[in-house]
Amino acid sequence: MTFHNILFEKAEDSIKGETLEAPAFFVDLNLDQIIDAITADKQEYNLKPFFYTSLSNIDTIKYRHEIMQDLENQALFENIKLFAQKMRTMREYLARLDKLYYKYLKERWFLDAVEIYCDSVNNLLHDLSLADLKSRGLSAFREYLTNYTNSDRFILLQTEMKKITADLSEIKYCLLIKGNHIKVRKYESEIDYSADVEETFRKFKQGAVKDYRVKFHESPEMNHVEAKVLDLVAQLYPDTFFNLDNFCTKNENYSDKTIGIFDREIQFYLAYLEFIAVIKQTGLKFCYPQIVTASKEVYDYEGFDLALAYKFSAKKSSVVCNDFYLKDKERAFVVTGPNQGGKTTFARTFGQLHYLAGIGCPVPGRKAQLFLYDKLFTHFEKEENIKNLRGKLEDDLVRIYDILNRATPDSIIIMNEIFTSTTLADAIFLSKKIMEKITQLDLLCVWVTFVEELVSSGDKTVSMISMVVPQNPAIRTYKIQRRPADGLAYALSIAEKYRLTYNHLKERIKS
Amino acid sequence: MKAFLMYRDRDFDLQQKLPSNEQALIQDLELNTLFGAMASDDKFLFEVAEKAVLSSLNDLNTIQYRQNILKDCIKNSSVVRNIYEIAVQAIKSEKKVYFGFFSKYPGAILSRSIEVLQIFVDMLKKLKKVSDEHADKFESEGFTTFFAVLNKELDDEYFDRVQNHLRELKFHDGVLISAELEKGNKGTNYILRKPHDKKQSWVDRIFAKKPPVYSFTISDRDESGNKALSELRDRGINLVANSLAQSNDHILSFFNMLRAELAFYVGCLNLHSRLAQIEEPISFPLPAILGELRHSFKGLYDLCLALSIRRKIVGNNVNADDKSLVIITGANQGGKSTFLRSIGLAQLMMQCGMFVPAESFCANVCSGLFTHYKREEDTAMNSGKLDEELSRMSDIADNITSNSVLLFNESFAATNEREGSEIARQIICALSEKKIKIFFVTHSYEFAHGFYDKKMKNVISLRAERQTDGKRTFKIIEDKPLQTSYGEDIYNKIFGADTKGASKSVSANCGQNKIDRENESVL
Repeated sequence: MTFHNILFEKAEDSIKGETLEAPAFFVDLNLDQIIDAITADKQEYNLKPFFYTSLSNIDTIKYRHEIMQDLENQALFENIKLFAQKMRTMREYLARLDKLYYKYLKERWFLDAVEIYCDSVNNLLHDLSLADLKSRGLSAFREYLTNYTNSDRFILLQTEMKKITADLSEIKYCLLIKGNHIKVRKYESEIDYSADVEETFRKFKQGAVKDYRVKFHESPEMNHVEAKVLDLVAQLYPDTFFNLDNFCTKNENYSDKTIGIFDREIQFYLAYLEFIAVIKQTGLKFCYPQIVTASKEVYDYEGFDLALAYKFSAKKSSVVCNDFYLKDKERAFVVTGPNQGGKTTFARTFGQLHYLAGIGCPVPGRKAQLFLYDKLFTHFEKEENIKNLRGKLEDDLVRIYDILNRATPDSIIIMNEIFTSTTLADAIFLSKKIMEKITQLDLLCVWVTFVEELVSSGDKTVSMISMVVPQNPAIRTYKIQRRPADGLAYALSIAEKYRLTYNHLKERIKS
Repeated sequence: MKAFLMYRDRDFDLQQKLPSNEQALIQDLELNTLFGAMASDDKFLFEVAEKAVLSSLNDLNTIQYRQNILKDCIKNSSVVRNIYEIAVQAIKSEKKVYFGFFSKYPGAILSRSIEVLQIFVDMLKKLKKVSDEHADKFESEGFTTFFAVLNKELDDEYFDRVQNHLRELKFHDGVLISAELEKGNKGTNYILRKPHDKKQSWVDRIFAKKPPVYSFTISDRDESGNKALSELRDRGINLVANSLAQSNDHILSFFNMLRAELAFYVGCLNLHSRLAQIEEPISFPLPAILGELRHSFKGLYDLCLALSIRRKIVGNNVNADDKSLVIITGANQGGKSTFLRSIGLAQLMMQCGMFVPAESFCANVCSGLFTHYKREEDTAMNSGKLDEELSRMSDIADNITSNSVLLFNESFAATNEREGSEIARQIICALSEKKIKIFFVTHSYEFAHGFYDKKMKNVISLRAERQTDGKRTFKIIEDKPLQTSYGEDIYNKIFGADTKGASKSVSANCGQNKIDRENESVL
């Protein structure tokens, strides 16, 4: 099997053009926050296009799952990070060259860049060989690396680099500075004067004392005196510097393109795994979802909103997890209950889970089965107050019409509190109409609404309710439970609080 | 090189933490009088005296070690004061050498270091001279070791070697630096090198293969070039400047240590001459090991009282060996508090290696000395006062350990006698069982008698003596507690022999009691 790249097994599946534009539903689902956080420390790799592109076949998702699973081996993960760090250092060295002036200075930075390159390639191959790789992607890449490091081109590059580096490191010279005159010659084993001074006064040594060493400003540049000294050192060691010169002209394009692409694309995995590692520390779980296409039975246990979990992880706390499942003919969740109870979060979680599954990533939850959708639509209430209510209603309807027109039975629709700005009668009427269309399409849907009448829209809908603590309805549990929306749960708990339930009242009312 | 005059094998730590009850000790035992006499107006001597006296030793070896050194000091006081002056001088002179704004430059650091080192060398030579002239007059282990070290470490050859460095570090022949190439072929690992000896025979010179040498000169007008050159030079001498400056710091800390350790003995010498002036005796105490229960002395007097009234005062003889509870009762102003203070002072002085204010003194060392005194200031509110006393007692309980000594002075008297003695009794019994030696000055007959009556072997009852004519001798004698504290005597002394007045105050007290009883019946 030949290696193509680490994100796609086959050339024909690859991204045709990388997009920098996030999908439309990103903001509604807070996916923008998630992806921003994931890619924040990796700007140089421009990873967002990878996170913006959903996959259309299960095999590619599996290809990525395998790689993610291999990378969950901590040792391998760290080693690949190390490889990436080295490649970054190498790029910094190379970027520096253009800004530098003195020839031997530039040539040495180039040599050092090559050294780091060879090192990182060798180490990576070594690390991959030690790892028990299960994934097609990394195994194929390992094979590619083996062939590459055995190629004449790489071997020659490495041998020459090593020879010159060794020669340079053996150089030891002396400067004799007297007034404004400098003499440069080879070092002749003169003794270290500081050590001599230290030895003389060792007998007085008491405890720790202040460090009087002055820190000098170190820059990659060189001043003309240093450059002149270096020129004279080059005259002292002419062969070594001649070799260095030759090496640089010969190897201008030394680095391998495929390895370069791997270095960028593997960051997709590293970035995601690093991100979820932080969240796992708060006790939350992730899993590799089962992806289904034929059935629309989906479930996720102990799932959560990743964006919210990320925010909470900064405070070292974790979010409330929720379970959901749809079986048989069930297609739509209708979420009702008190405000601020986690309804929107539930809707977002559903969307996030499917999106993240669709780009081949592990998802929040202990165990999950998710649907490979073709399109994902969201319709969230917009914050802004539009004065013209009719205008807003119309606008809502136009958007929903558009969504329903483009949706297929394989799409997902997530709706959050629409029709809030119209009369209840209107809202009930319109909601029912739209639910009919959705039911006809037989697609997966989450609908957060205050219209409880929607719940009884047939066997395709499932009622979910946001819960409160019965003794004190002001406290939200953020639990969303699958139970009929009889409109009583909330009222009962308020009754509890005021001791007005049947039992309470019987006790309170004295006979 | 160490002075080791406070401990056989370690430095005296001026930064060491003092016991948590430091302030109470200073206040209750009037230690500032002692420190003041030792300091004789020198702040540093005061500080050292305070640290040394309050950080008690409890190993007999070190106490002996210091006692012997102190005996040498008393014998050779002018030599010791001379050595102390050399240390003080060295420290002062170093401070005077200007550091300036150039401490960022190795060149400036180096030249200051050379100057300071020159001063130190002169002072070390002086020290060596004193040692050469007077070492044979000292007998203590501490001093003979000290002089032996000076003799060994600071010989002429060593001074020559140092002088040589001082000359070469002025770099009359230029600065020789070795370097290697690092990233970007920049020079690194700059190390100052000592040039090879030039005294090569001419034959060697002719036949030696001449290695190539290249050179260049930077024009005077090339400002940035000259700057770069001097940075290069600075990189070369960075390490040696650091070594020399650090060496100076080490020599300075040697002088600091010598000064601090001698300061203790100079303080003792000051105190010694003050006591000699008023013809008070001193003696070197005989410390017994921790836990042995020894306390016997002759002519023990309160040093602070003697110092403040500047004349000889009465000393006490007591044998309280094998006793763990010493109860002191007796006449007011009969010398109870003074006695208690003399116990505390002698304990502290013994445990820092000093002489003690007594004709002879033997006691076991303790793991901590604590005081619990009635505080005079807040007599206004009795209940608040007992609170305060108990809270201090609780602090002590947090810190006290077995084999400590605890001095109580009229503690728990802020309530009625019965309650106070019950509180005291419970506390005393607990402490005694924890092997804490207690000296308890009390007015409370009930409390004192309670212990006396039990005829316990480890309890001794002392009483401030009162002659039959009511005159106080300020002597403490071994006797059973008496019912009255002779308050009447003092009252009479102040108000004249008006017995009516005395009985009036008693009746007033009874009245108070009556009122209380009435209140009770109302409730």
